[in-house]
Amino acid sequence: MKEEIKIKTKDLDLFYGSLQALKSVTMDIPAYRVTALIGPSGCGKSTFLRTLNRMNDLIPDVTVNGKVWVDGIDIYNPDVNVPLLRRKIGMVFQKPNPFPMTIYDNVAYGPRIHGIRKKAILDGIVMRSLTDAALWPEVKDRLGDQAQKLSGGQQQRLCIARALAVEPDILLLDESTSALDPASTQKIEDLISELKTNYTIVMVTHNMQQAARVSDWTAFFMMGEVIEYDQTGNLFYKPQHKETERYLTGRFG
Amino acid sequence: MQNDKISVIQLSGHVQYENTLRFDSVVLPRHMKKRQIADWLVRSIGFISIIFTIAFLVAVLIHIAVKGIGWLNLHFLIHTLSVFPEKAGILNAITGSFALMAIVMPVTLVLGAATALYLEEYASKYFFSRFIQIFISNLAGVPSVIFGLLGLSVFGRLMGLRASILSGGLTLSLLALPVVIVAAQEAIRSVPFELREASYALGATHWTTIWRVVLPTAMPGLLTGSILAVSRAIGETAPLVVLGIPALIMKMPDSLLDDFTALPVQIYYWTLDAVLTPEYENLASAAIIVLLVLLLSLNLAAVLIRQRYARLRSS
Repeated sequence: MKEEIKIKTKDLDLFYGSLQALKSVTMDIPAYRVTALIGPSGCGKSTFLRTLNRMNDLIPDVTVNGKVWVDGIDIYNPDVNVPLLRRKIGMVFQKPNPFPMTIYDNVAYGPRIHGIRKKAILDGIVMRSLTDAALWPEVKDRLGDQAQKLSGGQQQRLCIARALAVEPDILLLDESTSALDPASTQKIEDLISELKTNYTIVMVTHNMQQAARVSDWTAFFMMGEVIEYDQTGNLFYKPQHKETERYLTGRFG
Repeated sequence: MQNDKISVIQLSGHVQYENTLRFDSVVLPRHMKKRQIADWLVRSIGFISIIFTIAFLVAVLIHIAVKGIGWLNLHFLIHTLSVFPEKAGILNAITGSFALMAIVMPVTLVLGAATALYLEEYASKYFFSRFIQIFISNLAGVPSVIFGLLGLSVFGRLMGLRASILSGGLTLSLLALPVVIVAAQEAIRSVPFELREASYALGATHWTTIWRVVLPTAMPGLLTGSILAVSRAIGETAPLVVLGIPALIMKMPDSLLDDFTALPVQIYYWTLDAVLTPEYENLASAAIIVLLVLLLSLNLAAVLIRQRYARLRSS
């Protein structure tokens, strides 16, 4: 691909104990684009996503072989500062998980733990992040409210704002709209299209139409392997592999 | 239709009523009737058991109230002991009990939270932590008298604290600690993994996540555990008696290292005195009422805290 590569994996294997969840995954993920990962349940797309910010380290008994490079740096090198890595690579989860704190404190959490204390600066960051997440108009008068009071769609946008507050380069979205109603899903899809001007986005989705609508590149996973990886238009209209075509036409999944 | 005791339950499970919808007009086959009788029997036995238990409790409370209510007045609460039963007050005892509370709460909270944190967050989940777990659960069942002996030898003699407030407070803290640890572990475990995940995904370290997410989220559970432990501790008599806390103290304690008395000890000794001087039974009953009110308030506080945070937590 002629575009700048942000993330590169080579022969990535992952084992949960003795069960192999990822097999020899080799992918180049371009910068400032949306890359979608699709596939049937249990095919390893979420697992793959989590290897990109080493969130799999939190799960006991996980073995990772192969290489993952972000901006040319091998992130599984033992010298890598993992918390710093996770700051550069933000993640938004399937079910909105705001902290049981105020809206303001949720967004300010990231900057605060990385050393920013001055209220004026935090105020600015909070406003910027909520604006970038298309949530500011709805919450600007109630930043002191508990985050739990927001609706599901608002909570998810809050989680996006929270992730944006630490100024990552990359955003990983793990089925972020699965738990939301269509209206909220639409809002977030629009948001993703806007965010890609400044961020590299990798999203897992089980909704093929969403992948077709929003992404520039799509990877089709099955049983831990990448069956096909191409520009979205090509993959959806001219799939090269039989399994891809079968999945896209709904024969399984 | 055969005879009047007919099965009207069809195989499909639908019940066909004859002409009304009243339950008692539904006629059931014999095996259903036996089950219904068993149901009624169990319910009745359960009900009688509750009534029985409550009756005992109510009887005790009434007895205490009758004996003590007349002697419970402002004078009683704010005056110290006296040779004359009519003039005696429990100010010493109340102050002593509050002082004990003031020690037990922070000590159990901090030590309990720290131990629970270690067990839940840092210790490997295998042999070592299991062993400690069993140890702690067993400690919770040790008779309180034993803690008195422990306190006497370690705090009273070894550390030279004798029968001071500090000595009593530390002994009761040890007594309450196993319960607080278990409650704290529950509270920490109940913090959802998604919240920790969110924290890690933002670039937080293990300790930052514990300090800024896990502990604050678990705090209501920690607090209620501590309050309940305190409420148990203030009612304990045996450890204090073994420690050497007396009842006949005329002056108020002026430091943590000073001699003192506490409500349960006071009640105990007054009950003993009541053999010779019947008025002391009234005094004891009045003091019991005070102690019960204190316990009730503590438990109420624990329940309110739990409710308030549960409301805040749920969306």
